[in-house]
Amino acid sequence: MAKLDYDGPILEIENLSISFFTRLREIPAVMDFSVTVQPGEAVGLVGESGCGKSTVALGVMQDLGVNGRIVGGSVRFKGRDLGQMSAAELRDIRGNEIAMIYQEPMASLNPAMRIGKQLIEVPMIHEGISESEAWARALEVVRDVKLPDPERIMRSYPHQLSGGQQQRIVIAMALMSKPSLLILDEPTTALDVTVEAAVVELVKDLGKKYGTSMLFISHNLGLVLETCDRICVMYSGEAVETGSIKDVFDKMQHPYTQALFRSIPLPGADKNTRPLKAIPGNFPLPHERPEGCNFGPRCDYFQAGLCDVGDIPMAGVKGDDRHFTRCLRFAEIDWNAPIEAMTQHASAAPGNVVLKMENLKKYYEVAANALFGGSSGKKVVKANETLSFEARESETLAIVGESGCGKSTFAKVLMGLETATEGQILLDNRSIEQVPIETRDTQTVADVQMVFQNPFDTLNPSMTVGRQIIRALEVFGIGDSDQARRDEMLRLLDLVKLPREFAERMPRQLSGGQKQRVGIARAFAGGARIVVADEPVSALDVSVQAAVTDLLMEIQRKQKTTLLFISHDLSIVRYLSDRVMVMYLGHVVELGTTDQVFSPPYHPYTEALLSAVPIADTRITKKHIVLEGDVPSAMNPPPGCPFQTRCRWKAQVPGNLCDREVPPVRELVPGHQVKCHLSQEMFDQMEPVITVAAE
Amino acid sequence: MEPLSWSEIALRMLGLFLPVWIALIVTFAVSIAFKRRLGLYGKLFDSPIGMIGFAMVMFWVFTGIFGGAFDMIVTHDVLSQSASMKNKGPGTPFTQLMGTPDPGAYPYYLLGGDNLGRDVFSRMVAGAWEVIKIAPFASMFSFMVGITLGLPAGYYGGRLDTLLSFMANLILAFPVILLFYLLVTPEIVQTGIPVYMAAVLFLFPIVFLLLLWNSRYHTQPSRRNVYVGITLVIGLWLYLGIAWNADPLGLVSFPPNLLVVFVAVVFVNSPTVFRIVRGLTMDIKTRDYVAAAQTRGERPWYIMLWEILPNARGPLLVDFCLRIGYTTILLGTLGFFGLGLSPESPDWGSTINDGRKLLTMYLHPALPPAFALLSLVLGLNLLADGLREESLRD
Amino acid sequence: MAMFILRRVGIMILTALCLTFIVFFLTNLYPNLEKLAKTQGDFRMSDEEVASYLGRNGYLQPMPVKYGQWLGVVPGFVIDDRDGVTRGQCIPPDTDPKDAPRFCGILQGDWGYSTVFREDVGKILSDKLVLTGRLMFWVMVLMVPSALILGILAGMREGSRTDRTLSTFAITTTATPEYVSGVLFIAVFASTAVGLKWFKGTATAAMDAPDFENFFLPVLTIALYGMGYIARMTRASMAEVMTAQYIRTARLKGVSFSNIVMKHALRNALIAPFTVIMLQFPWLLNGVVIVETLFNYKGFGWTLVQAAGNNDIELLLGVSVISVIVVLVTQLISDIGYVFLNPRISVR
Repeated sequence: MAKLDYDGPILEIENLSISFFTRLREIPAVMDFSVTVQPGEAVGLVGESGCGKSTVALGVMQDLGVNGRIVGGSVRFKGRDLGQMSAAELRDIRGNEIAMIYQEPMASLNPAMRIGKQLIEVPMIHEGISESEAWARALEVVRDVKLPDPERIMRSYPHQLSGGQQQRIVIAMALMSKPSLLILDEPTTALDVTVEAAVVELVKDLGKKYGTSMLFISHNLGLVLETCDRICVMYSGEAVETGSIKDVFDKMQHPYTQALFRSIPLPGADKNTRPLKAIPGNFPLPHERPEGCNFGPRCDYFQAGLCDVGDIPMAGVKGDDRHFTRCLRFAEIDWNAPIEAMTQHASAAPGNVVLKMENLKKYYEVAANALFGGSSGKKVVKANETLSFEARESETLAIVGESGCGKSTFAKVLMGLETATEGQILLDNRSIEQVPIETRDTQTVADVQMVFQNPFDTLNPSMTVGRQIIRALEVFGIGDSDQARRDEMLRLLDLVKLPREFAERMPRQLSGGQKQRVGIARAFAGGARIVVADEPVSALDVSVQAAVTDLLMEIQRKQKTTLLFISHDLSIVRYLSDRVMVMYLGHVVELGTTDQVFSPPYHPYTEALLSAVPIADTRITKKHIVLEGDVPSAMNPPPGCPFQTRCRWKAQVPGNLCDREVPPVRELVPGHQVKCHLSQEMFDQMEPVITVAAE
Repeated sequence: MEPLSWSEIALRMLGLFLPVWIALIVTFAVSIAFKRRLGLYGKLFDSPIGMIGFAMVMFWVFTGIFGGAFDMIVTHDVLSQSASMKNKGPGTPFTQLMGTPDPGAYPYYLLGGDNLGRDVFSRMVAGAWEVIKIAPFASMFSFMVGITLGLPAGYYGGRLDTLLSFMANLILAFPVILLFYLLVTPEIVQTGIPVYMAAVLFLFPIVFLLLLWNSRYHTQPSRRNVYVGITLVIGLWLYLGIAWNADPLGLVSFPPNLLVVFVAVVFVNSPTVFRIVRGLTMDIKTRDYVAAAQTRGERPWYIMLWEILPNARGPLLVDFCLRIGYTTILLGTLGFFGLGLSPESPDWGSTINDGRKLLTMYLHPALPPAFALLSLVLGLNLLADGLREESLRD
Repeated sequence: MAMFILRRVGIMILTALCLTFIVFFLTNLYPNLEKLAKTQGDFRMSDEEVASYLGRNGYLQPMPVKYGQWLGVVPGFVIDDRDGVTRGQCIPPDTDPKDAPRFCGILQGDWGYSTVFREDVGKILSDKLVLTGRLMFWVMVLMVPSALILGILAGMREGSRTDRTLSTFAITTTATPEYVSGVLFIAVFASTAVGLKWFKGTATAAMDAPDFENFFLPVLTIALYGMGYIARMTRASMAEVMTAQYIRTARLKGVSFSNIVMKHALRNALIAPFTVIMLQFPWLLNGVVIVETLFNYKGFGWTLVQAAGNNDIELLLGVSVISVIVVLVTQLISDIGYVFLNPRISVR
């Protein structure tokens, strides 16, 4: 089918309202939403989970399922109303004129169909071209998305590719018919940071090459800054502010946008001197939205009688290009007023060494083929290679790395869920690496506790919150009567700033952030001295992250806890940690204080990692380092230096040293160690990755 | 007297079932009134399919209880024969011998008489009791066995899992009928093998409860000892009575032929439950709350019984309903082949078997029990479907 | 792949040995043997006479030895009796003991002798298997395609009217065991009382000359019970696949609904039901026994009932071996087929 020729806006969404209908009630998911995408323009759609941003995308695609319906407004694509089209007309547009890319690449590819077949299907349906022609086109596009060996990839099944490769295939599929509009729904959330950076880069380049307009949906402001021209911030089903990136990032005109920026850790924020400011309260549920401004109850500028009556329209900001805000008071608010002083804390001095790792190693033996095991022998996976470090009282040590770097294995060995293969873990000078959790004494178990990543999984869904905390108290032998334990449980709820009524609630009645607080209360039930926090906030919304992080810091200050903070998010690591340990494929590649790690000289991997993390600040300029390929599998690591397959400095090391030998650990300055073959001169030449423009 | 017309038969039957109707209405009224406070059971009343299923199941449960246990609905003794009523059609007036009416008895055979001149209607009602008193308990025991073995198999994996799964597959590879023929014949009963099997199978509930209390209260020994003690005393008392027929007090006993049937049914069902529990355990044990329990040093049985099992209850409950249905079918199969239960027994399988021999001539003796069994099993299936739908909705 | 099949076959043989031993053990318990002695000899035998009869016929040897003999891995027993006659497992009457083979068990193809039918067990089994094989073939022909079509139509649009109707039908058939549906069918289609008389109420004639009239009801009865279950599995699997992200991807690529179902959903949706169909065999065997009894079709299932009911030990053992092997082979096929259907499982 021939493409429409049209030179107006590609996509015009006007006052769109979408509702989902359940047996009980109508749930409005999107209300009065308007946005326009011009040819060649990339528009970012930003908001927390549940704000309706994905629903907008599905509304554009007219694919809302049985329960969803557009209840008002219109979606026009190249001037034609999509809502008025027949099923056949829609089919002609989908995949041909509008293509979509989703969050989970694995799930969006058909597992039982070869890649090539899934690709050639698109032009064969829409352009009626022959199979061989389509095949040739597919090869070209696969080459465009920079996949090695396109012929082989076209003949593979999806499960034979890595996550990054799969996402590239999904992108290739979207580009097969050279669509005018590309909708990307959190396209990189499931990927590792360095892979994400490469995919984002690719999308940007291809967008330019094919002249495609983009609607980019994300919760990550930094990513939107890097990819888009314009931005639309959503809150609870409404657009609250739209405008060009520059306007919204630097001259925001809505309290929510402002609060959002204040709650994310940007360079310069510091847990002691410039703490983050969390947004108070909770995201309203769709059927419990307040009257008037949805953000009203959480807003610092809330004015009773004004903000809580009637519908609030979008208003244009004078002097800016298409900059709108849904705030009645935006003209009165002094947007440049300094953040009201948050309580500052003196940085706590680290105390004695409480935990010491010495050459810790953990190897697993796995059957080479899990399903038909036993036939081709065992394989050794080196999950942790010679880990050595110390952690002191009241210190926060961050452990940074992507998937497969061995950080979870390390946590398991420390907790006693696995025993070490070699080396020592000293807790107060007692070695515990060979003591499995069943044989550890209660005090040791209570001393070393853990906060888990996924808030929806961390609490037992069929036990009340209070009961779960009391159980921890029982196990740790705290309190001698039921009453004493109950009192202690209530005290713990106070500690994590949850109302006492929550003791009787079931976990499903709690929000993600609240669940995470219960998880923290449970971890501290036995007065834990070492807490391993495994990505405790990565699954939470931005506005909640700050509050939970703050809580952890506060308890740490009070109880002089040693915090081992596992994360892949360098922004938050920079914000809260005292020292940082960077891991890659089981090796510690860099270890030092936060300042040492975040400024040159870097380990080449740290450098790439720093460059890959998107930062939502227009003043920042970053050096562009894109890593080739994916993180190798821990089952099959490269010989020599684990990072050599992706290292951009490899050529600077003479004599193929990186291919042959694992680099030694070198201390650059006291307390800063790096595992790299690079010479001192090379290290000295390194430039900072992130520079902040002078204000 | 004239035979009754079909509408009169229907009216009279409706009247006889009066206690069942009252019980059903009360159950539904109370349940619907409090449905928001009754958890999953309450939510059942949001699903039409579930309600229909529940009504069909409860109809037979109440029929079984009132008719079998309290002798209310049945019109004639289920065993007494009447020479003049052989193969008589539905609605025939009752006469004891040739032409002599019995003034004290109910005046009609509502659904006719079977080949021995017994009342088909009464036998159908009494048959409900045969099912109600075995099927739910047999399913419960299968679950106890399946859970107690499936949890550790799924949780630990490895050799234990391999061994237990192998044994489960062994039983599953047996054609059920062959197994019944091997277990339920009088010669095997004579050797005492079913009693030994009962002795093993009936230990599982006690073991299950002991593990349950001990894992939960091992931090508070005094409370633990009370629970464990009570369980042991009551459990062992019932165990001696039911499995060995050796109750020291002489209160508890179990008819030996029923025991054999019971054991056979539990034995056949347990491996399937085992497989389901094992699969669910393997899934749930990867959750973070299980890891949290491990990191605070909980013992394996606590994790299995208090962290994993409660969260597997949805699928297990659904399967429980289906399993009662399947057990009902199995009991019918046993009756159909004349295994285990006494030949005079009014259970549905036996009556269907009796009735089928003259089926091309007389339909009425075989059809009522066939429809009864069909509706009960269908009800259980619908109930399971409703439960599944509602538990997924959460 | 070869290793995988080899392992599965190994496990299968182990299972078969365990199962046959259990059957052997249960059928060779003393009360069974006593009954056998009495039916073979005389019902008024004294206990001593029973013991001597059993001893003479090698029944009183230790269980493992007997099992080995029956299997054919231990030489058949030879007993020189007081009356001067040498009896042995492998020695047919009127044969010189010296000419007889040493081993004669299942492995040598000697299945024993049926006391009820007075015939070689091997012969009976092969005859009956042909009859039952014919029945099963038509059951499969009727059941599998209709179940799959039913399930796919229902699962294609979950919650639609078609889905509701077909699902109710499927649930009803799973709730109707063969002895209920068979009785209903005979009542409706074959009885004089209803008078339709479309089909025959017995399938005895079908053993020699099967035709639609005498063979359809038994086939339908078995097929219906299994059909509901497979259809429900297929429906669930199909419904799940239809909500998968890749189906949405296909839809948003502009693929038409019929192509989504045929090209994208079908293969993924059939993986689960395939295993179910194969694992249905133990169940179908059940159905065969019931239906053959109900319709008086003297096949394999009918033989099982006769053998078990009349304490015909060697025939019962033969029947058990066959049914166990059928079940295990279908399990093996199911495992291998699963690997072929599901590309996610790679075989190296």
